Amino acid sequence: MERTWSFRFTPFRFILGIIVVVAVVAAVMRFVFGLGAVTNLSDEWPWGLWIGFDLLCGIALAGGGFSTALIVHVLHREKYLPIARAALLTSLIGYIIALVSLFLDIGRWFNFWRPFFYWGYHSVLFEVFWCISLYTMVQVLEFGEIFFEKIRCAPLQKILHFFMPFLLILGIVLPSLHQSSLGSLYIVTIDRLNPLWWSMLLPFFFVWSAFFLGPAMVTFEGTLAARSYGRAPELPVFQSLTKVTLWMMIIYLLVKIGDLIYRNELGRAFNGSFESNMFLIEMVVFVIAPIVMYATPSIRTNLRGVVTASFLVVAGVVFNRMNVVFTGMADAAGGHYFPSMWEWIITAGMWSALILAYCFVVENFPILPKEDLEHHEGGKAHIEAGKSIHA
Amino acid sequence: MSKGVLVDVTRCIGCKSCAVSCKTWNDLPSKTSTFTNNWDSPGKVTADAWTIITSFVIEQGDQIKWRFVKRQCMHCNEPACESACFTHSFVKTKEGAVIYKPTELKQDYCVGCRYCMIACPFGIPSFQWDKAFPYVQKCRFCYDRMKEQGLQPACVTSCPTQTLLFGDRDKLLKEAWDRINRDQRYVKHVYGEKEYGGTSWLYISDVPFDKIGFRTEAYGKPVSQKSIPSYTWDVLKWTPYIFFGWGAILTAMRAYTKRRAQVHDESELYEPEKKG
Repeated sequence: MERTWSFRFTPFRFILGIIVVVAVVAAVMRFVFGLGAVTNLSDEWPWGLWIGFDLLCGIALAGGGFSTALIVHVLHREKYLPIARAALLTSLIGYIIALVSLFLDIGRWFNFWRPFFYWGYHSVLFEVFWCISLYTMVQVLEFGEIFFEKIRCAPLQKILHFFMPFLLILGIVLPSLHQSSLGSLYIVTIDRLNPLWWSMLLPFFFVWSAFFLGPAMVTFEGTLAARSYGRAPELPVFQSLTKVTLWMMIIYLLVKIGDLIYRNELGRAFNGSFESNMFLIEMVVFVIAPIVMYATPSIRTNLRGVVTASFLVVAGVVFNRMNVVFTGMADAAGGHYFPSMWEWIITAGMWSALILAYCFVVENFPILPKEDLEHHEGGKAHIEAGKSIHA
Repeated sequence: MSKGVLVDVTRCIGCKSCAVSCKTWNDLPSKTSTFTNNWDSPGKVTADAWTIITSFVIEQGDQIKWRFVKRQCMHCNEPACESACFTHSFVKTKEGAVIYKPTELKQDYCVGCRYCMIACPFGIPSFQWDKAFPYVQKCRFCYDRMKEQGLQPACVTSCPTQTLLFGDRDKLLKEAWDRINRDQRYVKHVYGEKEYGGTSWLYISDVPFDKIGFRTEAYGKPVSQKSIPSYTWDVLKWTPYIFFGWGAILTAMRAYTKRRAQVHDESELYEPEKKG
């Protein structure tokens, strides 16, 4: 493997780069002048866009990493190998973004390392913090295997290879724990979070949705990557993954309804309030609709159909997290919150950085499958690809 | 012995001496604030105003009552903030005060994550939003006075109408019920006796608590009498079992399916994308 580095700046990437630079300036401002000067956060709304969207959604969207790892490396469904590394990469970058946004959001950031030494073990956040930090480290090590394929270093590679099975298991257990803990975080909001979302089953709903979101996210981003790199999308892999998401979503829906009936809150979903309407949109558009689409063969086997359904699943998980953090809390929190310009800019900067980092790694490390391997029928695509290398 | 304060809402005249003495004793900066529709100023506790008076006009039959309610940290028996903090920066002392260690004990471990503010059912902890390195602030039950000098909290000593009664919590509870039983005008409820597992500060009133800013119901049900830490612990206690149990299941599944899988050399499968 060659050891040169390449990264071409297209106009699109240039714009992303500018957004990142502006965001870095805004981040410096935040550190110098404090949170009040830069954000619209208040005592009523202590958590806003960075925690609600960048952290909660960033981590959820990174769910593709652990669900793919489970399917490919634990269950050994090797037909999914082509997407395994891309899923790991997105997940790793997603976690780094989440950690950066957390670092920006905490008021006394120079104390960020304290929870490693001063244990508030009765805090859900303690579990989240430990699991996310450890899991990010595990992912860096998992990525090390790929890194060393490019940059050879035999002794390190050997050590890493020896520990890899252990890391793989840890790399599933840790995210399972903290994806659920992110839901448990909101158990403290009993009597304040709307009962449509508050439940002792919050941890289950969060980890379950992060898991079934994984294949959908892989499908969605896989298609995006295929388009921008002029590759053929892994349609057969995507189609076959829909089975995982489909069944898990049906169970999710049933448990959700069962939980509402058990807590005697089902009527609340239809009382016409803003919250009930948001809940119904979440359930109908983002849960039931994708279930129907995945269950219909003519939609599932069609690239546009499977990608649309997957997009709905991804958007649905984001919608759900937003409902928990904002919609469901609004009534009890009082006051109002809308992110400031700087909060938006920093968020945009982080997601732009994610795209740039993804592109850089994919273009310099062996992440995507070799094209002649995936298209056995002929090397046509491969030859065309070869032509365009230096085009 | 765990201390508490009994607040008798019927006695308060809304003079705000408590708020002033709180600011004086705790060296909190004065700030100009604006009146709300209720003539409250400020309308809720802030990082610089740990105790406030809220006012309510209540019509009962042909009577119009003006009621003033002192609000501050309730000092829960099992505080949500303490359990929520992942560096254990809040602690419930044996004296009953819930204190913030970074400022009280000079143990500066607070990360500033503000999960305590999400967790508090009374919306008490406040953040120094205007500071570059902000602390979380709230009433500390004048822990320094209580601990070192055996004095009562500043607010209690400055109250001219004996609205505030400082003492052992269980004695105060008895006193509260005595007053309620002696005088039928009182609502038959001590707010803070059972709410969220009970609080050190207790309130009695002659007007319904939900009319004077206390949450007695949430979404059509009475507020929880179980403490918030007990809810989270019901979930958190499973963590070690899930860690080892799920880890064992995964290891077993991996070993089982590996025998049947073909072996791939992963380094032959992938390549860097060259079309960027």
